[in-house]
Amino acid sequence: MRSRHKAGSGTLRWMLLWVGACLLAACRGSGWNNPYPVSESLADTLYSSFSERPKHLDPVRSYSENEYAFIAQIYEPLLQYHFLKRPYELVPLAADRVPTAEYYDAQGNRLPVDVDSEQIAFSEYEIPIRPGMRYQPHPALAKDDTGAYLYHHLDPAFVDEINTLADFSETGTREVTADDFAYQIKRLAAPWLHSPIAGVMGEYILGFTDFGKQIAAQNQALQMEGDRVSYLDLRPFQIDGVEVIDRYRLRIRLHGKYPQFVYWLAMPFFSPMPWEADAFYSQPGLEKRNISLNWYPLGSGPFMLEENNPNLRMVLAANPNFHGEAYPHEGAAGDREAGLLEDAGKPLPFIRKAAYSLEKESIPYWNKFLQGYYDTSGISSDSFDQAIQISGQGELGLTDAMVEKGIQLQTAVNSSIFYMGFNMSDPVIGGDSDSARYLRQAVSIAMDFEEYISIFANGRGVAAQGPIPPGIFGSRSGPDGINTVVYDVQNGRPRRKDISVARELMRKAGYPSGRDQETGKPLILYYDTTASGPDDKARLNWMLKQFEKLGVQLVIRASDYNRFQDKMRNGTGQIFMWGWNADYPDPENFFFLLYGPNGKARFGGENASNYSNPEFDRLFERMKNMENGPDRQLIIDQMVEILRHDAPWAWGFFPKSFALYHAWYMNVKPNLMANNTLKYKRLDPVLRSRLRARWNPPVIWPLGVVGVILVISIVPAVLLYRRRERSAAR
Amino acid sequence: MTAYIIRRVLYSIPILLGVNILTFVLFFVVNSPDDMARMHLGMKRVTPQAVESWKQERGYDQPLLFNTSVPGFAKLTHTIFFQKSLKLFQFEFGSSDSGRDIGYDISQRMWPSLAIAVPVLLVGLLVNISFALLIAFFRATYIDFWSVVLCVVMMSISGLFYIIGGQYLVSKLLHLVPISGYDTGLNAAKFLVLPVIIGVIGGIGAGTRWYRTLFLEEINKDYVRTARAKGLSERVVLFRHVLKNALIPILTGVVVVLPLLFMGSLITESFFGIPGLGSYTIDAINSQDFAIVRAMVFLGSVLYILGLLLTDISYTMVDPRVRLS
Repeated sequence: MRSRHKAGSGTLRWMLLWVGACLLAACRGSGWNNPYPVSESLADTLYSSFSERPKHLDPVRSYSENEYAFIAQIYEPLLQYHFLKRPYELVPLAADRVPTAEYYDAQGNRLPVDVDSEQIAFSEYEIPIRPGMRYQPHPALAKDDTGAYLYHHLDPAFVDEINTLADFSETGTREVTADDFAYQIKRLAAPWLHSPIAGVMGEYILGFTDFGKQIAAQNQALQMEGDRVSYLDLRPFQIDGVEVIDRYRLRIRLHGKYPQFVYWLAMPFFSPMPWEADAFYSQPGLEKRNISLNWYPLGSGPFMLEENNPNLRMVLAANPNFHGEAYPHEGAAGDREAGLLEDAGKPLPFIRKAAYSLEKESIPYWNKFLQGYYDTSGISSDSFDQAIQISGQGELGLTDAMVEKGIQLQTAVNSSIFYMGFNMSDPVIGGDSDSARYLRQAVSIAMDFEEYISIFANGRGVAAQGPIPPGIFGSRSGPDGINTVVYDVQNGRPRRKDISVARELMRKAGYPSGRDQETGKPLILYYDTTASGPDDKARLNWMLKQFEKLGVQLVIRASDYNRFQDKMRNGTGQIFMWGWNADYPDPENFFFLLYGPNGKARFGGENASNYSNPEFDRLFERMKNMENGPDRQLIIDQMVEILRHDAPWAWGFFPKSFALYHAWYMNVKPNLMANNTLKYKRLDPVLRSRLRARWNPPVIWPLGVVGVILVISIVPAVLLYRRRERSAAR
Repeated sequence: MTAYIIRRVLYSIPILLGVNILTFVLFFVVNSPDDMARMHLGMKRVTPQAVESWKQERGYDQPLLFNTSVPGFAKLTHTIFFQKSLKLFQFEFGSSDSGRDIGYDISQRMWPSLAIAVPVLLVGLLVNISFALLIAFFRATYIDFWSVVLCVVMMSISGLFYIIGGQYLVSKLLHLVPISGYDTGLNAAKFLVLPVIIGVIGGIGAGTRWYRTLFLEEINKDYVRTARAKGLSERVVLFRHVLKNALIPILTGVVVVLPLLFMGSLITESFFGIPGLGSYTIDAINSQDFAIVRAMVFLGSVLYILGLLLTDISYTMVDPRVRLS
């Protein structure tokens, strides 16, 4: 009995201790609801979140926005986009200058810059590397007194004791050299690393594909030998088109002319990678402990990944070995007035740490932003009305509650497009017959994307007039940029054509009032979508309504994304909606989505509409090799006109991003191409701390009220209990 | 007893094999190895060669269940099912399709799940039993009636409502604890207060009502009448006699859920940003990571079987009349 009593009191003691610990921990610091340590209140730490853990942090693989949010701060590719200037301009990062191409014919003779691209057999880029760049402190680079690498031959017993990279006591660094860039390009070709751009680079970099085959064979042989070290050192193998001239100079040779190549050089794919990283991470046992290049980057950029717990938090800290960079001295018009040049010339980065917490749900994320515990926020549809109000003139602005908190809004039209595609290989809606074209044009007019943007995107989008988003070379604004197939020009602005025009086109197509004029049967079209949940019902009903305007019966074919992709790959879809996010600010990156040889069904490319027009393809091939200028614009205009006439897409819309940020967060300018902008951001932690304290005072009195109510409600029960205890047995 | 346990363990093998096959079939009805490859390789610029290479490296280039291209027993062994799923019987979870060690991830993520589940279970038990005893004491009075009404109301409200309402009230309006997040060690406490309180409050309705029923069933038995006839007070009758006997079904009900505490709660963990096991499986399904899905389903099945076994054993311990044979 006593022991049981003891056990019971022990449990009670533990519970009291636990509650006490909770209260103690909760009461520490000024803001009880502050999720961060009090010691960090005045630190130069940026607080943000991520909703999905990044899949890859190896620059050979990373290709998505949520991965770039981290690795673009860690790795330094050869080039970067100017933070402030518009249109987007490439400036050097790891390179000493932006390289220019030299052209050669098949015999190796140098050609003038303005030579016709037909004559160019090879392009050559000589890239000078900035001296003095050093890698972040990392165990892969740690050496002992004799100069031997400390951790390149790990003992299995030692590996058993290791759980994170921080468990390696020693770190080292070394200078970034041209060899490291060449090594990374070799990694791009390695089939086992699955770089998404291996295919594209294989088309252009000399010997890239053969190199990939060569090392694949070597790697397979190594695996079959059963060697303990399954790591293939890529250094002895050479790619024909990649040459290290000296310690600070690299030469890349391409087939033909490919002016867009420099844009790739601004992506993390072309970051330096020391061979030591592969030698270190490939040791047995490390991958099993999640210690791999995919999870622990090794870069030379302004930040390094200090904590990588993708289930909870990822923390970037300033790289002590960063070579230094200054805030830009010049920007676009209006930047000086906006205070964006106040930090000109100051050393970067301003922020010492950036902590990203995993936040899966939008409600807590939004509330934490309002409480000041996140420095910036997007706007979900749930919180849109709380943040944004529409003025009488239809302009979007912040609500009074946001203005009162000093929150500011930045908007920008994304360099992406969300379009409705028609499968051009479909017998009804596809093909180049007049009938099918009229049908597509009629649907394009009927699809009221202005209404769609208003209802389903809270006005966050701009109806597209063609495939090129605003801000990208080739896009025209004003009356010249209006798609006259779908819109009328009214006071210099586009106005969607009346539905009667679309009905007339339907009649010309052979479907008056939506019925086949030969058979009299209603025209049935099929819309393939991944939207099938209850949340999508309104969207699908809206879609049905648009087709009903033409008398067309639309059948929704909902499936999961895998099946949807299958249909796209096999060319069995009919009408669908899809999107594209630009890799680089060049019209080629949008037009290639409609280039015939990129047809998805026939060639496995990105042309999901399977559109093919010989004249368009011919112009595309000319346009893609041209420098930006009036001649290129002229060709682009012709291409856009062809597309508007053929209507392989109903042009959909360009999404607009809305970002909110607090008064203490500075140097904010949307840059849709650059991902490495964290280094430019500046914080005022004193203001943040003051406002957080003002916004989050603990309110304790309701707890007292609850206590009183509990006591009051207990009294009748106690009285009843006493009366019962005193009463006679029943 | 030992023979019984061994027999139950042997029974569990075909059950686990069946669960394994079912998970495997259901997963591959929805996803093909090509889909998995595309999901992992990304949406842009994926070549068919890259897809083939990904499948080959991870062993997804083999037939699913039966390989007709090889002779003999290899027809069964050279399949994705044999290579991937049967190793689980050795508790070798292997690596996820994104390359992370599943065993390590589980060992890391189970602690935050337990940090919520264990206090919710213990505090919930204490609160629910106390309330149920109180209601049983005041049976057939207005307190009993209104308490039952309140319990029905509370159990009819969605768990999500408690979470969002709790976050709104406690974190947003009163600013008492962080709205979401997690930390290690003692610092975790401030993040756990709210989910634990909400977990306890959310369970009061159903728990109290169930325990009240158990207590009322006991209260009408002969030994309780005898105790009252001896002149014992109602308080002593309830706490010393009724509670002790009603604890048998309560205890067995608790034991069966004990192993499943490891598996965490999806909604609570998502809303409070707790890095537990609750969201691990759902994330894996969304990212088409079969390695994690099969490991988690297998683990869940093992824990469930273990829970049932522990329940049977606990019966013999708390009720001497029960014997396992």
